[in-house]
Amino acid sequence: MNWGSLHDFLAMGGYGGYIWSAYGVLALGVAAEIAGVRARLVRARRVTAALRGRAARPRPPAP
Amino acid sequence: MHDTSQTRGGIHLFRYAAPAEFYRLAGKAVPVFGTVAAILAAIGLYLGLFVAPTDAQQGESYRILFIHVPVAWMGMLIYVVMAFWAAIGLVFNTRMSAIMASALAPTGALMAFLTLWTGSMWGRPAWGTYWDWDARMTSSLILLFLYMGFMALHSAIEDPRRADRAAAVLALVGVVNVPIIYFSVQWWNSLHQGSSIRVGSAPTIALPMLVPMIVLTFACWSYCIAVALARARAIILERERGTEWVGALVAGRAGALP
Repeated sequence: MNWGSLHDFLAMGGYGGYIWSAYGVLALGVAAEIAGVRARLVRARRVTAALRGRAARPRPPAP
Repeated sequence: MHDTSQTRGGIHLFRYAAPAEFYRLAGKAVPVFGTVAAILAAIGLYLGLFVAPTDAQQGESYRILFIHVPVAWMGMLIYVVMAFWAAIGLVFNTRMSAIMASALAPTGALMAFLTLWTGSMWGRPAWGTYWDWDARMTSSLILLFLYMGFMALHSAIEDPRRADRAAAVLALVGVVNVPIIYFSVQWWNSLHQGSSIRVGSAPTIALPMLVPMIVLTFACWSYCIAVALARARAIILERERGTEWVGALVAGRAGALP
């Protein structure tokens, strides 16, 4: 363990601003991507179910 | 899944089996890769931020490299994989390959952006500048533009199959940029340092610093696989809505899709 206190950890030997900016933007980017993909999948399911929900009755075979 | 009346002729099954099977398998794979990514990220971040010692020359600023190197590798690797699937789609006209290429592009773009961001956060304390128009950085910026160009071109063309082909050509032309990024630090006199970890030679960094980088690289791999597969499932539903297998899926699940 390198850090004597939480303050030491956050300060990162004077490089805290750079380090937490790098790690923070990575965390934000990953969180935003996960949220975006989840929302897209939910939307795709909803639209598909709405379009096909009543299409469960037998359909003529594809030409 | 299909009524016999709906599966006349093997060609029909062949055409629809791939995305249906992919959708099902990917649904099982996403949580597995996601969990592995979370566990590896937790281990890697702990090792990188708490266990790895202070660097004698760079102080603590080098800890940015634990994330910079993995996202930089993924940014290049995803591009090659994306171009590979785009090429397969172009040659064999297979829908699933084009969907995979489209699913990978946004994740690749995020990795390319994070490479530039984390790199500049490291460059400022290490070199005294956030940015320099040298070969490594410029070619990394071009990688981001290639991903964005791929997505913009694809979304600009209405017909998805035509969009697949046009974007595939762009992806293939752009693949030449990947070796340029990788070898730029050897080919040109760059501000960027050479690789510490190279195929075929021993790494030039100490083990307590190497391990978190490797662990976070696998975390990054696993994350990218999970998120790209999840996105591919969404694209499959968006593009395959009219097909029988999606109809059967909706019917089988009483409207609530897995």
